[in-house]
Amino acid sequence: MLAYPLIAGVLFGLYFSLLGIGLNLVFGVMRIVNLAHGDFLMLGAFVAFGVFYLLGLDPLLAVPLAFVLFVIVGIVLYGLLVPRLQQSRDPEMLSIILFFGLSQVIEALVTIAFGTSERSIPSRELGSLMTAAAKALGAKPEGGPVDILGQSFPAAWVISAVVSVIAIGLVYVYLYRTRLGTLTRAVMSRRDEAFATGINVDRVCAAAFGIGLGLAAIAGVFAPFMFGSVTPAFGADATVTAFVIVVLGSLGNPLGTALGGVVYGICYMLVQTFLSSWADLLPYVLLILVLLLRPSGLLGRKVRVA
Amino acid sequence: MDCRVKPGNDVPQCVWRNMKHDTFIRHLLLIVAPLIAAFAILPGVYDNHLLLFNFVIFLILAQGVNIIYGFTGYLPFGYVGFFGAGAYGFAIMVMHFQTPAPLAVLVAGVVGVLLGLLLTPLLRLSGAYFAIANLAAALAVLHFVANPALESITKGPYGVALNGTFNPTLAYVGAVIILALTLGIVVFLRNSSFGMALQAVREDAVSAAMAGVNVVKMRVIAWLASALVAGLAGGVFAWYVSVFYPDNVFSSDFSIFAIVFALFGGVATIMGPIVGVVILYGIYNLIGFTTPQYFQLIYGVLIMALVLFLPAGLVSLATRRGWNVP
Repeated sequence: MLAYPLIAGVLFGLYFSLLGIGLNLVFGVMRIVNLAHGDFLMLGAFVAFGVFYLLGLDPLLAVPLAFVLFVIVGIVLYGLLVPRLQQSRDPEMLSIILFFGLSQVIEALVTIAFGTSERSIPSRELGSLMTAAAKALGAKPEGGPVDILGQSFPAAWVISAVVSVIAIGLVYVYLYRTRLGTLTRAVMSRRDEAFATGINVDRVCAAAFGIGLGLAAIAGVFAPFMFGSVTPAFGADATVTAFVIVVLGSLGNPLGTALGGVVYGICYMLVQTFLSSWADLLPYVLLILVLLLRPSGLLGRKVRVA
Repeated sequence: MDCRVKPGNDVPQCVWRNMKHDTFIRHLLLIVAPLIAAFAILPGVYDNHLLLFNFVIFLILAQGVNIIYGFTGYLPFGYVGFFGAGAYGFAIMVMHFQTPAPLAVLVAGVVGVLLGLLLTPLLRLSGAYFAIANLAAALAVLHFVANPALESITKGPYGVALNGTFNPTLAYVGAVIILALTLGIVVFLRNSSFGMALQAVREDAVSAAMAGVNVVKMRVIAWLASALVAGLAGGVFAWYVSVFYPDNVFSSDFSIFAIVFALFGGVATIMGPIVGVVILYGIYNLIGFTTPQYFQLIYGVLIMALVLFLPAGLVSLATRRGWNVP
């Protein structure tokens, strides 16, 4: 009875970590609240729709495509918006309003282009390429549900969780094993001192912004499978959920976000199973409780108290 | 603060006066009185009463945002939480206790203040954390009110219908009175040492505390005042429309519009939010898009342009030239 929600919670939780990690990176590095985060997720889902319905390919192929596309979009957007924003008196607050405006623009443009209907992709199509390859090599094809500890789960959930773990691992490698990642962490901890030591803060931030949006788009590719369907208005809720996860974990720490995602995923599944009418309330109450009781997050330093 | 250089003395002698009585009266007479008079007369001349009512509601909300964001720097991204809570406070009083409408509006204000009190711990958070936590709080209240499990109390997601108290004319009068109260609070903040102290806290809380300002108390008072006016506005809104759903009164449009209107005009002034509402909400109604997506697009672009090119609002065009804007 308890095994199903717990395992499903971990699978969802790993995916939720991927959903939050881009937001974490952007806020941690730039102190900018990307309120359009959920909308980039939604755009990632539309890349998956394009790959599947227009090209007829495995939606998994949308992952690298969406990532590269939105890293470029992110770097361009950064150049257009952020330097101007940083000149204002209160960039952190104004960023909320600026990116709210951006999310409105994205949602409107997508609605104008594609309409408001709910879109989805049949669940078995995710990973169809791998199944086909396995068949060609003579192995047993792995379509259909996957068994974990005697419970069966849709293969799409497992694939999403696996890709999420890989993506988070790569973010960890980027931050802790590459030069640009080290600079990024320097900017995260002390922006002015990083600037004073001669780090090209603008370049580091542009890279972080691009990667943040790219990660959001990857998470978006899996959104149709995890949430059933996606509409252009999907972004707003996704943003709040991502925020809960980031705050649950802690800023600037990809492992914290992974932990936050898993904790959130398990809570979500438990509430869904035992108290479903109150499930909608969970992310908001959890967010407020965490902010008040442990404002630095589960793995965090003290940063946020006024 | 009033600083003069006396003859024969190089050092300006500064006199901290508790209240600038002359400008206080002048602001009341020259800004508040004409505005209230205009909204009292307009229903007789102009037929679209719903539009006028909405103008009054948005003036109240924009000034409410001004009280908390303009004077303390806390961005209430879930401001609609107080509005919706007020509307439901009104509805519950009328549905379950058969309270007369004006009294129920007062209860709505109390509900707003109580929710504000409940959320005062949020003021410990800084910057974006406060804004996001406030947004989450508003959504939590929405999902709480709209929960089917509470249908016997709030009617859950099915909405309320208050036929007994339906009286748009009186509700409009109530809204104008609340607007007058709200403007009175803003004029007070603009002309009192209290408002000065709040702005000092906004700029630098540590220095203000060193100068003897009770930071926590002042923030809480501003926060509750802002919650009060939103709660009252929610109550009077419920009275006016009499049929509504949780999604109507907790629509994040109220928060966003109020914030954008206040910012567009310029916060921490009396005129700014008024100008913002009149211009932006006026344009909104003049254009009247038939397809909401195009409106959303234009609105989004407008918001972005506002932040990028005029972050301190329209009044900054005047203050930049050294003109004093009330």
